[in-house]
This record gives sequence, C-alpha cells and structure tokens, in this order.
Amino acid sequence: MFKIVKQLTSLVAVFAVLFAFTTETMAAKKSKTLKNTQKKGFVRCGVSQGLPGFSNADAAGNWTGVDVDVCRAVAAAVLGDASKVKFTPLSAKERFTALTSGEIDVLSRNTTWTLSRDADIGLTFVGVNFYDGQGFMVRKNSGINSVNDFKDGISACTNIGTTTELNMRDFFNSKGISYEPVAFEKADEVVAAYDAGRCDTYTTDKSGLAAQRTKMSNPDDHMVLPETISKEPLGPVVRQGDAVWEDIVRWSLNTMIEAEEYGITSANADMMKTSDNPAIKRLVGAEGELGAAFGLDNEWSLRIIKQVGNYGESYERNIAAPGILPDRGPNQLWTKGGILYVPPAR
Amino acid sequence: MKFNIKKIAPQLLTLLFVILVFGFFSYNAQLNMENRGIDFGYGFLSQESSFDVQFSLIEYDGSHSYFRAYLVGLLNTILVSVIGIILATIIGVIVGIARLSSNYLIKNTAAFYVEFFRNIPLLLQIFFWYFAALRALPLPQDTESIMGVFYLTIKGLFIPAFIWENFNIFLYSIIAAVVSIVVIKNYAKRKQENEGKQIPVFLISIGLLLILPLLSFLIGGVSLSFEIPVLKKLAKTSYIYEGGVGIPPELIALTLALSLYTATFIAECVRAGIQGVGKGQKEAAASIGLNPNQILKLVVMPQALRIIIPPTTNQYLNLTKNSSLAAAIAYPDLVLVFAGTALMQTGKAIEIVSITMLTYLSLSLSISVLMNWYNKKIAIKEK
Repeated sequence: MFKIVKQLTSLVAVFAVLFAFTTETMAAKKSKTLKNTQKKGFVRCGVSQGLPGFSNADAAGNWTGVDVDVCRAVAAAVLGDASKVKFTPLSAKERFTALTSGEIDVLSRNTTWTLSRDADIGLTFVGVNFYDGQGFMVRKNSGINSVNDFKDGISACTNIGTTTELNMRDFFNSKGISYEPVAFEKADEVVAAYDAGRCDTYTTDKSGLAAQRTKMSNPDDHMVLPETISKEPLGPVVRQGDAVWEDIVRWSLNTMIEAEEYGITSANADMMKTSDNPAIKRLVGAEGELGAAFGLDNEWSLRIIKQVGNYGESYERNIAAPGILPDRGPNQLWTKGGILYVPPAR
Repeated sequence: MKFNIKKIAPQLLTLLFVILVFGFFSYNAQLNMENRGIDFGYGFLSQESSFDVQFSLIEYDGSHSYFRAYLVGLLNTILVSVIGIILATIIGVIVGIARLSSNYLIKNTAAFYVEFFRNIPLLLQIFFWYFAALRALPLPQDTESIMGVFYLTIKGLFIPAFIWENFNIFLYSIIAAVVSIVVIKNYAKRKQENEGKQIPVFLISIGLLLILPLLSFLIGGVSLSFEIPVLKKLAKTSYIYEGGVGIPPELIALTLALSLYTATFIAECVRAGIQGVGKGQKEAAASIGLNPNQILKLVVMPQALRIIIPPTTNQYLNLTKNSSLAAAIAYPDLVLVFAGTALMQTGKAIEIVSITMLTYLSLSLSISVLMNWYNKKIAIKEK
C-alpha cells in the first residue's frame, strides 16, 4: 500500500518537474527582464549623479541627456511611453553592482566599454552612444598648452573607479612624468577641488570635461588640452544572461542612429510610413515584422522615433544646444565623416 | 588566567550571530552570482593593480599587486586613526579639565567648543575643513614660509625631511633609555615601600632621555641633516615644493575634523570622570598631607580613569570607523583605495567588501582588546 503511494507521488513529482520545465522554456522566449518591466510599468535605468548633456536632473527632477534618451527609447519601445522610466543616480563605484544585483535593468551612465568589464563582471555592453576619449583640463593662465608642457610633480584631480585612473597612469608612465593623483569619489568634489586650485589639471573623458567646465566658478578661465590620451567608447550596459533584453536595448539605440541616417525625425516619422524606401518603412513599422523577434509589437521603433527622436535630435537637444560640445566630431554619422555606423534594421 | 564566561559569552554570541547572518547572505550571493556568471575568488589580490595612489607609507605604484594596494589603504587608515586618537585625547583632556575650571572665560569657551563641534555632522565638518581650508590657503608660489622651513599651501604642508645616518644606533639609545627608566622606577618604588625614601624618578627619566640620545650623536656616529623644501616651477602659474616631505591637505583636513569632533566626546568623558570622584576623597587626601599634585596623581586620577576609560574606548572606535569618510575628500584610506578603486577595477564587490569589513572589525577589536586590558589594569583590585 505504502509502496504504491510512494510510486504515485514520485510519478506526480516527475510530471510536475516536466511541466515546470516546459512552461519555463516557453516563458524563456520572452525575456524575464522584459516581463518584469512590463509588469512594473517602468524601465529601471541607472544614470550619473549629474553630468550635463549625458544625464542631468533639473530642479523639478526631470532627467535629460543623451544617456537618458537611451533609457527613454527603451521605455517607448517596450511600454509605449518614453516617460515611464525610473532613474537611479549612481556613482562610478556603485554602477556595476547596481546592475548585476538587479536594482536596475539598463545602465546608461557614460560607461566605457572595455574587455575586462564586458568579459569579467557579469555585464554586456550593447553598443556605443558616444565616442569619447580622455583629456586634460588646465587653467588658461597656467601657460600649459599641450600635455608636453606637463612636468614632474604635477597634481591631477580625477574620479575614483573609472578607467580614467588607469589611463592617467599609463599616460604619465609612458611620458616618464611623476605625478600626484588626487582621486575623489564624486565628480562634484573633483570639480570643487580643481576649481579651488588643489590640482594643476583635471582629467576625465573629454565630454565630461566639457560638461563639468560649465559648473566651474569661472568657466572661461579653463580650457581642455587638444590631446586625447585614450579611447573611451561610452555605451549602455545590461546584465549578462538575458539575450532578448540585451537585443531590445541594443536595437533601441540602433534605431535612433539609423533613423537619423534615413532622415526620420520625431516630426516626420508618421509621414514616413508611406515612403518609397523599404528600409524607412521597416523602421517606422509599416513593413516587416521586426518587433516580433523581441516579443514586441511592430510600432516599437516608430514610438522611439516619435517620442524620443533620432540620435541627431537627441545630440542637438542635449549636447550641442547647451554649448557643451557643439562639434559632433567622431559622433557624426559615417555618411557624414563620423564613425557612427550601426547594423541595418532588417 | 581566569576564564570569565560572563564577559566572553556575549561577545561569542555576537560573533556567532554575525557568522550566521554572513553565512545566509553569502549563500544567497553565491546563488545569484552563479546565475549571472560572475566568478568568485580572491585570486585577484595577486594581480597587478595598475592604478596609482596619491599618498602611501610603503613603496607602491600601479605595478604592485592589489594586495599591496590594500596594505597602502590599511596603513593610511591606521595612520589617520592613530594621529586622530592622540590629538583627540590631548584636546579632549584639556577641554574636559577646562570645563571644570573656576575661570568663567575658560569654562564657557570649553563648553561652547563642545556644544558646537559635537552637534554638527562629521561629514559636513570634513567638507568644511577641506574646502574652506583649500579656499583659504595660498598657492605654493604665494606662500610665506613658517620659520623659514615650513610651507603651508593649498597643495599641502611641506616640511623638511630628516636625513639620518646610523639611525639604528639612535633608536638603540632611546630603547636603552626607556629600559633603564623602567628599571629605576621599579627600584624607586621598592625603596619607597621598604625605606620610605623617595627618588626624583621624573627628573632622572628626563635626564636619561636627553643624555643617551645625545651620546649617540657625540660618540655613536649618528648624524641628522634636513632637506628643506624648495619651490619648483611647473608652468607659468603652477608651482610645487620639491624635496622635504609633503603632507597632503586631505590628511590634514581629515585629521583635524576627526580629532576636533571626537575630542568633544572625550572631553565630556573626562569631565564626567573627574566629577565622579567624591569630594571626600580629595579632602581625605589633603588631610593626610598630600600636596595638590599628589592628590591629582595618586587619588583623583586613578579613580577618575575607571570612569573615563570605557566610554573613551567607544570614542576611539568611532574615530577609527569614521575615518572611512575620507573617501569624500580624496584621502586614500582603505575605503577609497580598496573598497573604491580596487573594487571598481576588479568588479569583485563581495570579496572586497568582505575583506574591508573584516579589516575594520579586526581594527576595532584590537583597540577594544587593548583598552579592555588597560581598563582591567586600572580597575579596583579587590583583595
């Protein structure tokens, strides 16, 4: 009698496991992160603690910037509303832990794509939304006009927990210059200390220098040296292990860049539905079934373009118009002499 | 040694609790990390760190290992804690006694100091000392020297470096002096107990401390010279002092903030301790013919210390832990160097934070053990 009961229970257990397994594989097609995001009704996005042009909150708590726009694009794609984003300001030190521990789902915080970060710590970089490089800021009256004017004993203010610290060492070592690194936890303190005269130079990504210069007590007293000492491709990051979510974030960014390439803007996106060009029609959801691959509807990309705009609009609005970096430099489309080149959406 | 279960049990229980909680979280973390494909391990400690640190007590640059970076941070934390504890104790004792002064001005100045500094958050005080001092200090090229050899600038305090020859012989002479002082003190105590005669131990001690090191200079071949900092031009408007020793403003600001803040609490401990000794004790001491100095040294202080030591231990622990606020003003302590930069470069959050926590725990427990030992030594010995 007991034997039969035992066998029956084990049989039930086996079925239960099998059933759980099959439902699991069916659900796995849809991303877990996507499911959670749709359930919550907002995208959880990690941003900086205030970097004008990239991610910066105004007095009313409205976030703007090109990094912010990546998260808005994701929200427009998966939730249909670009405003449904919960922004979490993170220090350079906290950012990866916040992402890997599941506190946020997208990290869009001027983060440099490097091999060790990509391979080591459970992260996946999905693309580049800003090509940057590390530079130096000095006082205009210092007489330093190039990194070749640096001498032994120079003090350099910077942030901890960034590739900046490593590049700085590589750079000064290769030049054979001894230097004093003064590394702060937060960018605001770096600016304050450099501004007060604690350091002879302030080093970080050039975009960061341009943005922080606007926070100085006298922005015109400072200048960024022409040399760039490193490659800093900045881009959004997601947690490793959710391929669908990774694709959604990657193609949300790519859509913005490709839309600029085809001249689709937030203003003309609806009209483009009747375009003769199939590539344009695919981007605005009038042809093909591109969204289905992610488990999204077909207008996901149209919503990104309509609500957030293309990459050029985002750049103009956040970086060029406030005068941070009016010249797009490498962040121009490949068709216009830059290096922005994304795979085709088809 | 007597094994006091009452004393040990709570500490053991606490430890057990900590281990259990830690175990629970580490198990959870392990699962999550496995799911997310993050490796766990301490192997990174031997890898090249490839970042530099502003200020280090041992030789270090980016070509050394992460473990050495850890040591750099740890030593910097210990440095600021030790200086802070010494300064806080000195200020605390002075202010504590001053609060009991009969002089109206001294008493109220001390009271104002205590109430002002202990009621402002420490982080704000650190920011104040750092940024206010930075703004107030002159650039290196505009600095007037202090006594011709010290330069206080926005880039730090530059002092002459000591260049020793035969430093070990000098060290031996000091050790010899200390050993002979201990011997003489014991001899004097015995002599007083047996014969009632007093020997001027204090004067002899000072004499020994002066004469023996002096002899090492005269006949031991010890010599000391100074390297005075010299202004060096880096660019048209940027200068730095070279030679000598540079003390970074971050260390100065942090030490200042920590000791001024903690001293207020120690001052209150000292005041409580002295007030806790009964008036009758002093009167009794006076009645058997002790002079005021002896009353303080032999009657009041031994009793006051019993009240002062335990709460002061807390303040020492607080100061040590508060030193981790250093990260805010770029002083390269354990938190900034190891739990900051090293954590970021390796991504080994769990490993590094666990090491850092254990390190602070060990530091605090060491201070605790030391102070408990001292407390036991001065406690009433019932016969």
